[in-house]
Amino acid sequence: MDLSYSPEELAFRDEVRGWLAAQLPADIRDKVTGYRGLSKDDYMRWHKILAAKGWSVPHWPQEWGGTGWNITQRYIYDEEFGLAGAPMLPPFGPAMVASVLLRFGTETQKQRFLPRIREGEDFWVQGYSEPGAGSDLAALKTRAERRGDHYLVNGQKIWTTLGHYGDWIFCLVRTDPSAEKRQEGISFLLMDMKSPGITVRPLILMDGGHEVNEVFFDDVKVPVENLVHEENKGWTVAKYLLGHERMGSGAVGSSKRELAALKALAARELKNGKPLLDDPRFRDRLSRTEIELDALELTSMRFLDRMRRTGQPPGADVSMLKIRGTEIQQSITELMMQAVGPLAQPFVAVDDGRVDALASRLAPRYFNYRKASIYAGSNEIQRNIIAKMTLGL
Amino acid sequence: MNFETSSEQQQLADALRKVLANDYSFEKRKAIVQSASGFSETIWSTLAEMGLTAVAVPEADGGFGGGAVDLMAAMEACGEALLVEPLLDQIGLAGRLLTRAASAAQRDALLPGLIDGTVRYAVAYLEPGRRYELAPQTTVARPAGDGWVLDGSKSVVIGAPSAHRLIVSARTGEQGSSLFIVDAKAAGVSPSPCRTVDGQRAADLRFAGVRLGADALLGPNGGALALLDEAVDFATALLCADAIGAMQSANDATLEYTKTRKQFGVPIASFQVLQHRMVEMFIQLEQARSMAILAASTVDTATSADARRRAVSGAKVRIADAARHISQEAVQLHGGMGMTEELKISHTFRRLTMIAQRFGDADHHLERYAALG
Repeated sequence: MDLSYSPEELAFRDEVRGWLAAQLPADIRDKVTGYRGLSKDDYMRWHKILAAKGWSVPHWPQEWGGTGWNITQRYIYDEEFGLAGAPMLPPFGPAMVASVLLRFGTETQKQRFLPRIREGEDFWVQGYSEPGAGSDLAALKTRAERRGDHYLVNGQKIWTTLGHYGDWIFCLVRTDPSAEKRQEGISFLLMDMKSPGITVRPLILMDGGHEVNEVFFDDVKVPVENLVHEENKGWTVAKYLLGHERMGSGAVGSSKRELAALKALAARELKNGKPLLDDPRFRDRLSRTEIELDALELTSMRFLDRMRRTGQPPGADVSMLKIRGTEIQQSITELMMQAVGPLAQPFVAVDDGRVDALASRLAPRYFNYRKASIYAGSNEIQRNIIAKMTLGL
Repeated sequence: MNFETSSEQQQLADALRKVLANDYSFEKRKAIVQSASGFSETIWSTLAEMGLTAVAVPEADGGFGGGAVDLMAAMEACGEALLVEPLLDQIGLAGRLLTRAASAAQRDALLPGLIDGTVRYAVAYLEPGRRYELAPQTTVARPAGDGWVLDGSKSVVIGAPSAHRLIVSARTGEQGSSLFIVDAKAAGVSPSPCRTVDGQRAADLRFAGVRLGADALLGPNGGALALLDEAVDFATALLCADAIGAMQSANDATLEYTKTRKQFGVPIASFQVLQHRMVEMFIQLEQARSMAILAASTVDTATSADARRRAVSGAKVRIADAARHISQEAVQLHGGMGMTEELKISHTFRRLTMIAQRFGDADHHLERYAALG
């Protein structure tokens, strides 16, 4: 039993930490730690800095530009990003569509897309959910009809994160509406978002931010060579991708940074003339969250250790990291908002008013993080997965 | 980084599980709890023969030189079986105090009996009305001739009825307090024995003019608090492992029960409202397990008292919360049967309830954790 990192792992951690300290642009870091959204340019600029270092796609095979790091190094890399306030690259390109292409893509598709993903030339987004297909994804209706050398796509996607930045979108579409099992009529299609007939409409969330979108497809022509894997085998691709989620879903690193920020904030805010941090009622809630995070870090490391020893991907029980990780994020954002008390109320200045920039971001951030237990497989779906796969229910 | 149980640790736990499966079934345990002594000499000898009482004693003293991590898997097995013999008190509290504080002469005289289990110890440090306070208040030892005279009283001393010797904390001056080794049968020691709600044996103890020799002092005069603080942390780490075993047993029993119990023509485990609750029990257990591992590892390796306190208190909060959650949910999901003496789950419930409170409840440890920054 040894809970600490090896000297080699510590050296690797220090290398990542040192590089981030030197290379992460201050304006991007300040946006992350100040709870402001990143522009497409911010993401692309950061992606190119990572690509120049050879760190934009660590988990890829080395022949395509991966780093050859082991699972522990990849975990450390993710955690150091969180601690440093470095944005993780949106997963849709490097983590998601790339994993699919590496597994199911033709050589031509790999050559065409992978280098551009690695170098940050294209911004990819994900077209899975539809108004009538959320947790029940197989209910999707967006139709792709084969017309000779292309598909004609009609329908709608929703919750398209950063869809307004998208150059390309990968979609699950229905190619065979008559299939006996509805999972059998689905295909995985890549679309250039500049194609005529694609419309992106913002969905403004309750924090006032533009993060997700609806995407409409109206007689969009998609070349047949953009089909990945076989026609009507898209569900196999979707399932593969679900099982391919990274080990960073507990967001331990960024929650540790946020918890430190919360403590600093609560040490400055006064209650009856004394730091709020020393108020037993507030402190108990903070400490319980901190202990849950201590436990989650150890639980994450136990998963890593098991993967390292068995050489097997994580089991379904890894879903608990998503459940607890998001609960911790939500708890911290709520405590942050409560820490500033009445100062959480001002949102935006009007008529030449002034608002404290950080305090005014705390309530919206709390609002925004309600999404965490809903997205990427709601926490209820995660519980279903553990119930079925781990507990045998 | 390595979370694997070593082969020695696993072998000890497997051998213990085998013994407990044969000799400590639910029915056999019930007979032990209801017997006059509430204690099985046979099981106790077996535990000692297996080396459990020797694991955490330094090699120089005839032990195996291990720590909490080496005992963790075995303690889980004890927790699954709801062991009522005071192994934790012998090896966690008394053993820790003796190996940390005993003089050379005391080590020679006392450790062999502790290691082979022929001499049982109970640690008397809690006083009436003072909850988890480690500093003795009403128990006082006054110098008399070469030695001391001990007066006062102690509360719920687990294992006292079967103990041969006691380790007693007492005030020895205006500020300081010290530890004393007291023969359980010494003149002036009056026990008032009881059975605890989780089936263990304990006693309230009164000391009236108990005469002690100079060699009764354990550790430095005035050194009780630091020694107790460390030993209680060590014992708490072992208790956390014990709790993991008890919670695992509660979760297993609940899964098994809901998969077989039918209502409305189907197993009640098919209801999603129950499935999600069992998933939460599972997550609570795994989070608690992580903290139990952290506590055991930290009491073995921590270089500062604060690092040790933080890990142990964090773990005890998590374990106390999980023990409460899991035990309550397990009874609820067993329905009316969960309320009865007839099923093990009600006994596990009582054990987990007491584990949550022993050595400080969640509130106590939250305060201690927060005080460390």
